[in-house]
Amino acid sequence: MNWGVKIEKFLSVMEEPYFRQLLIDGLINTVKVAVMGLVIGIIIGTVIAIVKVAPKYKLINRILDKICSVYVAVFRGTPMVVQLLLAYYVLLPSLGVKEVNSLMVGIVVFGMNSGAYVSEIMRGGLNSVDKGQMEAGRALGLSYSTTMIKVVIPQAIKNILPTLGNEFITLIKETSVLSFITVYDLYTALSTIGSKNYEKMVPYLVMAMIYIVLVLLITLLVKILENAFAKSDRDKRESGKNVKKNAKEAA
Amino acid sequence: MTDGYVISVKGLEKVFEDGNAVLRGVDLDIKYGEKVVILGASGSGKSTLLRCLNCMEDPTGGSIYFDGDDIADMRIDINKHRENIGMVFQQFNLFNNKTVLENIMMAPVHLGVKKLRKKKIKNALITFTNVFKKEKAPLIPIETTEAKIKAEVKENAYSLLRRIGLEEKADVYPSTLSGGQKQRIAIVRALAMDPKVMLFDEPTSALDPEMVGEVLDLMKQLANEGMTMVIVTHEMGFAREVADRVLFVDEGVIAEEGTPEELFTNPKNPRLKDFLSKVL
Repeated sequence: MNWGVKIEKFLSVMEEPYFRQLLIDGLINTVKVAVMGLVIGIIIGTVIAIVKVAPKYKLINRILDKICSVYVAVFRGTPMVVQLLLAYYVLLPSLGVKEVNSLMVGIVVFGMNSGAYVSEIMRGGLNSVDKGQMEAGRALGLSYSTTMIKVVIPQAIKNILPTLGNEFITLIKETSVLSFITVYDLYTALSTIGSKNYEKMVPYLVMAMIYIVLVLLITLLVKILENAFAKSDRDKRESGKNVKKNAKEAA
Repeated sequence: MTDGYVISVKGLEKVFEDGNAVLRGVDLDIKYGEKVVILGASGSGKSTLLRCLNCMEDPTGGSIYFDGDDIADMRIDINKHRENIGMVFQQFNLFNNKTVLENIMMAPVHLGVKKLRKKKIKNALITFTNVFKKEKAPLIPIETTEAKIKAEVKENAYSLLRRIGLEEKADVYPSTLSGGQKQRIAIVRALAMDPKVMLFDEPTSALDPEMVGEVLDLMKQLANEGMTMVIVTHEMGFAREVADRVLFVDEGVIAEEGTPEELFTNPKNPRLKDFLSKVL
């Protein structure tokens, strides 16, 4: 095995602007799909989780609950690749959509898939918040939804941040299946580069390194967010800093 | 139905989903300014009775009249009435993600602003319909603004905190406070809504012994100021000192009631005698 030659071969391919652009686009697409997928996932997941934990006195709540159960079962029960293929090659053509933006399909499917997983994470988070918090809000005359938004959900999100970070990491790595629907992601880009002159070893190693760096960045981001959210557990001296300021304002 | 009474309970029943009948027909009238202490062994239904008074537990039978409405009726907007019924919990239940000041201010500001917005929307509607009418309908007078509401509530919150000597804790989070401090803040949080009646669900049961006093002192102050209070407690000394009337709940009904003097010195119900011999 001659490393020098292999690396030289890789670098010579990368000198071509077309392939450099390919790699950059791939990286951007991977991050785009994962980030937007997670955002959509959190929105869908939160809605499903709230439907799941809400009291079920009313018929409409029970119906919504069933719909959400089916949704979660479908999206957790089938592989992401299958969902992508069905959406891109079966569902959209059968609806008569001609010009399909494969990146958009990727984002939406990733979001919907992630929503099923986030809903379970979020449900655990909502259940982890002490019931007394909701009772206290309701006893003061606040509505269920107001108490949920102002008190319960912020505490739930704080509890599930590490798990949400995990979901984000899973999404980043799962983007490698986007190649099935012709999206140029990180994996596709580096595979193409590798096929240019039949030297795959270095491109694949580079691919692995980029994924690791992305994942480490997410880990760091989650840490920062956790610290920001942990303010309610912080030492009293620190959080009491602006006591004087507020007291003055009030006086 | 409610003449002279803050809360008037008729034939209140509560059967839990598992079929456990906790309350089996409770009648209870609470006068303005009255202090009622509810006693009972654990499992007797005393906490459930208290929690039914603001529909924390939905009653399954009977009626509860408050402010002219039967709040046991599920069609009634319970949130409107809960604003006027303060509640203090055994586990304090301060909002963990809010500072002490935010805990006190959140509900009054939110509800105040909401009412203001509703009025504004109504006024906009009136202005719109007036265009088509000959006789112009008058607008709802609005004397306040959102900033004004916030400032007023904040001022009130600070004066409440000053009253319990915890002004310097305004910007800390509940996790840094002692149990006694938490409970006193929970009490003033309820007071910030200016309630007509305060419900206390074993307010000192989760406290370390040395902190019970500070909470009971605050409750005594409230009692002296004429607040209507319904209290579930195991503090017999407090009940004797503060209560106008003591109820003994047993097997889901009020088994005996009277002044603390009558109940403590001359109990008639054998279960009450048994109970008192254990706790006194």
